[in-house]
Amino acid sequence: MAEVKKIATRESFGLALCELAKDHPEIVVLDADLAAATKTEIFKKAYPERFFDCGIAEANMIGVAAGLASCGKVPFAATFAMFATGRAYEQIRNSVGYPHLNVKIAGSHAGITVGEDGATHQCCEDLALMRTIPGMVVLNPADHYEMTEAVKAAYEYNGPVYIRLGRLAIESFNDPDNYRFEIGKGITLKEGNDVTVIATGLVVNEALKAVKALEDKGINARLINMHTIKPIDKDIIIRAAKETGRIITVEEHNIIGGLGEAVCSVTSEYCPVRVDRIGIEDVYGHSGPAVGLLAEYGLDAAGLENRIRALVK
Amino acid sequence: MNSQELLELKKTACKVRIQTIEGVYNAKSGHPGGSLSAADIMTYLYFKEMNIDPKNPKDPGRDRFVLSKGHCAPALYGTLALRGYFSTNEIKTLRHIGSKLQGHPDMKSTPGIDMSSGSLGQGISAACGMALAAKYDGSDYRVYAMLGDGECEEGQVWEAFMFASHYQLDNLCVIIDFNKLQIDGNVNDVAGLEPLDSKLEGFGFEVIQINGNDLEEIEAAFQKAKTIKGKPTAIIADTIKGKGVSYMEDQVGWHGKAPNTEEYRKAMDELNAQLNTLEAE
Repeated sequence: MAEVKKIATRESFGLALCELAKDHPEIVVLDADLAAATKTEIFKKAYPERFFDCGIAEANMIGVAAGLASCGKVPFAATFAMFATGRAYEQIRNSVGYPHLNVKIAGSHAGITVGEDGATHQCCEDLALMRTIPGMVVLNPADHYEMTEAVKAAYEYNGPVYIRLGRLAIESFNDPDNYRFEIGKGITLKEGNDVTVIATGLVVNEALKAVKALEDKGINARLINMHTIKPIDKDIIIRAAKETGRIITVEEHNIIGGLGEAVCSVTSEYCPVRVDRIGIEDVYGHSGPAVGLLAEYGLDAAGLENRIRALVK
Repeated sequence: MNSQELLELKKTACKVRIQTIEGVYNAKSGHPGGSLSAADIMTYLYFKEMNIDPKNPKDPGRDRFVLSKGHCAPALYGTLALRGYFSTNEIKTLRHIGSKLQGHPDMKSTPGIDMSSGSLGQGISAACGMALAAKYDGSDYRVYAMLGDGECEEGQVWEAFMFASHYQLDNLCVIIDFNKLQIDGNVNDVAGLEPLDSKLEGFGFEVIQINGNDLEEIEAAFQKAKTIKGKPTAIIADTIKGKGVSYMEDQVGWHGKAPNTEEYRKAMDELNAQLNTLEAE
């Protein structure tokens, strides 16, 4: 069997930015002393005159991005998810969100898969924080191909966008020849009628492996890849609720405020069904290898398989 | 500027103060003190210095003004209205439901506002982004950012100052409205800011200190700022909070309070008397 090439979505982001920038001179990139980590260094090498390091000063970076956007530039501002959405939350709300400026914010090293750096850097609140800002689009791509298309879509959308990037190198599961990304449109990866699993981001592939394994054990689960947390795809959720009667959400994020609650807000309003939320259960992470942490928090394929089976039983 | 131009600017600054009081009185809330201290500088910028066209407020080549101390919007609205961005009739709608004049500047609803602001410390960063955009585009427009002295307690301000210096934003001119009062009292009692000049010099700025209520000194400062290359300029504008209304001058209580009807009449009488004196010159 050929070895599967793994690539972190942060790297896919850096590559996609570089590609996109060829035809769009208005794209500029900002970073806060983490270019090597967020992979904006790929862009920096190709377009040094369009890359502006802001130093370890995230609040100012977001404001600078707002000013650039007000003058017709399309700034992509990258740093760790924790510091972009946490430290600079109010700058994003007031300087970017309120005037609806065309700023793209990339939050890298999101979730527990930051790994060894531990809790201070493991942001499991970014999707929740960004969801609350009016007009903000929130994207959480799941693999290389999806990130590549998401970066293009973020550029094409005129307004603020938050994109979540992962540190951990992961397998790609989407078919690049047939893949199509549309903001706000979830993708059904597997049909099924016993239960619907809705996953987002880095754990979508783990969920895919889990639902495939469950099929052999008599559980026919539908799997939806929800790459856009906001605006959430209401139609695909309502259809899943009506057709399968039950939903399980999977996210590498606090179960408060993220995908799970976004799904619940749709079902409770349009089609009440039971929704179970799998994710980080309102706790801080801790240090360890990323893959080991995914297993510890039950977010790897084996953990998800067990959890889904137990819930559906 | 010649003496006739100076006289006209003095009259305009007086009218800006009248509009400020009109707005805050009708809103029954707002920030007259810092608006009145900044009125002369705003007047000079919009009526003399800046390359702007009220009929084309989004012209990409225009000079920009960011009111980082966004609570002083009443003076900016008065200035913009008198400059022709919108009717002075709008001033009485300040802070009312449905008004295009929000409590703090909103670039989406008010013609002439270059950046939404109000949460202190944020406007200066946006101004840095605008100045950087001009450098990137090879445009020669200038960016003016007005901050409060109390606002300089925000850490983000110093992040932005470091950035402006690092990127040699000599097209950025920062004005600090140094009226020495903030909500809780004297700035240096609340959170010592001094020595502000050497702090700014240490952050890489060309520093100019002036009487910020004197239009001739204001002109000299902005003229000098344009000649500074390779670094940003900061004008420390020594001003009087509440300038122009006797009972508001240097009184911390008028930071964020509207005059009642009696106080409003007294303020208007004083300002109209000042204007009449100027008209008679």
